[in-house]
Amino acid sequence: MKPAISVILLTTLVGAGQGLFLAFYSAEWFVLLGILRPALNDYGGQAAALSFLFLALGLVASFFHLGHPERAWRAAAMWRSSWLSREVIALPAAMLLILGYALVKLSALDSIVLVLGESIPISISTVVGFGAVLAICALFVCTAMIYACLKFLRQWHSPLTVLNFLLMGCASGFTLASALASYSQDGRFAYFVGMAVFLTLAALVFRFATLLRNKGLRSPSSLQSAIGVHHPTIRQIAQGAMGGSFNTRAFIHGYGASVVRLARRGFLLLGFVIPLLLLQISDESSILICSLAFVLQYLGLLAERWYFFIEAEHPQNLYYQMIS
Amino acid sequence: MTQLALVIDLNTCVGCHACVTSCKEWNTSGQAGPMVDQNPYAAEPTGTFFNRVQSFEVGTFPNTQTVHFPKSCLHCEDPPCVPVCPTGASYKRPEDGIVLVDYDKCIGCEYCSWACPYGAREIDEQQKVMKKCTLCIDRLYDESLPEAERKPVCVLSCPTSARIYGDIHDPESDASKAISDAGGYQLMPEWGTAPANHYLPRRKVGIAVHAEDLQRVDNPLRKEDRGPRKPTTRTTLDDSTSW
Ligand code: SF4
Ligand code: SF4
Repeated sequence: MKPAISVILLTTLVGAGQGLFLAFYSAEWFVLLGILRPALNDYGGQAAALSFLFLALGLVASFFHLGHPERAWRAAAMWRSSWLSREVIALPAAMLLILGYALVKLSALDSIVLVLGESIPISISTVVGFGAVLAICALFVCTAMIYACLKFLRQWHSPLTVLNFLLMGCASGFTLASALASYSQDGRFAYFVGMAVFLTLAALVFRFATLLRNKGLRSPSSLQSAIGVHHPTIRQIAQGAMGGSFNTRAFIHGYGASVVRLARRGFLLLGFVIPLLLLQISDESSILICSLAFVLQYLGLLAERWYFFIEAEHPQNLYYQMIS
Repeated sequence: MTQLALVIDLNTCVGCHACVTSCKEWNTSGQAGPMVDQNPYAAEPTGTFFNRVQSFEVGTFPNTQTVHFPKSCLHCEDPPCVPVCPTGASYKRPEDGIVLVDYDKCIGCEYCSWACPYGAREIDEQQKVMKKCTLCIDRLYDESLPEAERKPVCVLSCPTSARIYGDIHDPESDASKAISDAGGYQLMPEWGTAPANHYLPRRKVGIAVHAEDLQRVDNPLRKEDRGPRKPTTRTTLDDSTSW
């Protein structure tokens, strides 16, 4: 498949934003449960606002993918059958709840509504945040299922796709949270960085497993089954268009093996290995290292998503032997 | 239930592109149009087509055959392109099985084209909506046309009658008969899309006649050997009587 830039931006931005929210909201729960010490200065509201910004940027990017953005509202119609439609519902829902959480936190509205088990005070923001977490989980699944549900794009059609989207989004979000924690000195750095390392490592393991899986994939389709002529030697002599067509422009990436290899190595290094090393050597005061880790990881994940498209082989390319 | 479809005979298709041009002509001026043409007279002409003819060379020289392969939306009975559409712009008509795109609803997200394993859908670069073969639905039910012309225009234009149109769920239709008589098959059956359009394979049109087809070598009585009876030497009734 040809990489679609707006979709690459959408999925990576939204993933990082969701991860960031999960980082701060999970920290809040660990504080409530008495596992983490309360933050020295609580800026969960600002972090949620930043997370909202990421999702909003992703939404903006997604509009550039559409031929008719002004009709985008129609895309919520087919949620019963289409994962894309479900994403179109889950994304604004998550944005709204995250924004609600940020507003409640930042305003003076936040107050305790009930006390769980006599010692766990639940405030309005905790309730709204819980809704946001549900929407975020739904959004992760919807975003990934858009790709994973296409059964003849075999490289995508796997539960690993969902797992990868989830892990990579969370990893980049927690890395960003580590950078924010080192910047604000809120005392939760150790938690964020520990989780960031763990999630990045887990993401690396499963992304690598996916690479291995895809390496061994064989499509059940061939030129023989595509045109129904069962002869071992078939050569295409005309593809039905002189200056190419939508089929050659949208499905055939045309990059050479060396570029593809470079991208693969690049995303493994930038997206996973280097951030892991940087996070390992960082401490509470290394704002720069943590920020660098996030920026590099985000660039690496952009490359990863680019590669994700390159990796997928569409069976329609069988009809374009001359250039594919 | 009706499932209208095309049956395309690869044995008679000569690759003349009459179906391609007549399709473009009819549909660019009809309700599915206009279908964009970009650089039509320049070096790299491109544009929207519902139907394209590709050519393949099968075998190794000098023992080769050229197979011309017309390719359009197959109006799958279980179309993977339909459920993925977020707007409901892509739909399959229950009454005749034709898969259509509602151009007023389509947002041009291209998701359906990812979901079609055959590459049958194309974004119109001018109108920014998804387009594909409509089976000339604006001819099929048009009562102002003579009945014989209520067919897809590609079927009418094909000089070798390589395109047969009909209801493949009606065993008596020309299309169904062609499929069952000439070994009609579906493209990429492995994906379970159940394409409604079928293709008829290349097949031998002459027969070789061998000696044993004329004389049965395995017949112990060799009935074919029995020629006219030899003249006998005995006197016959004919010899002794005169009439
Ligand atoms: S050929 Fe492609 S576009 Fe046509 S119905 Fe089948 S899946 Fe859909
Ligand atoms: S491009 Fe149009 S028809 Fe295709 S999935 Fe998107 S909205 Fe539906």
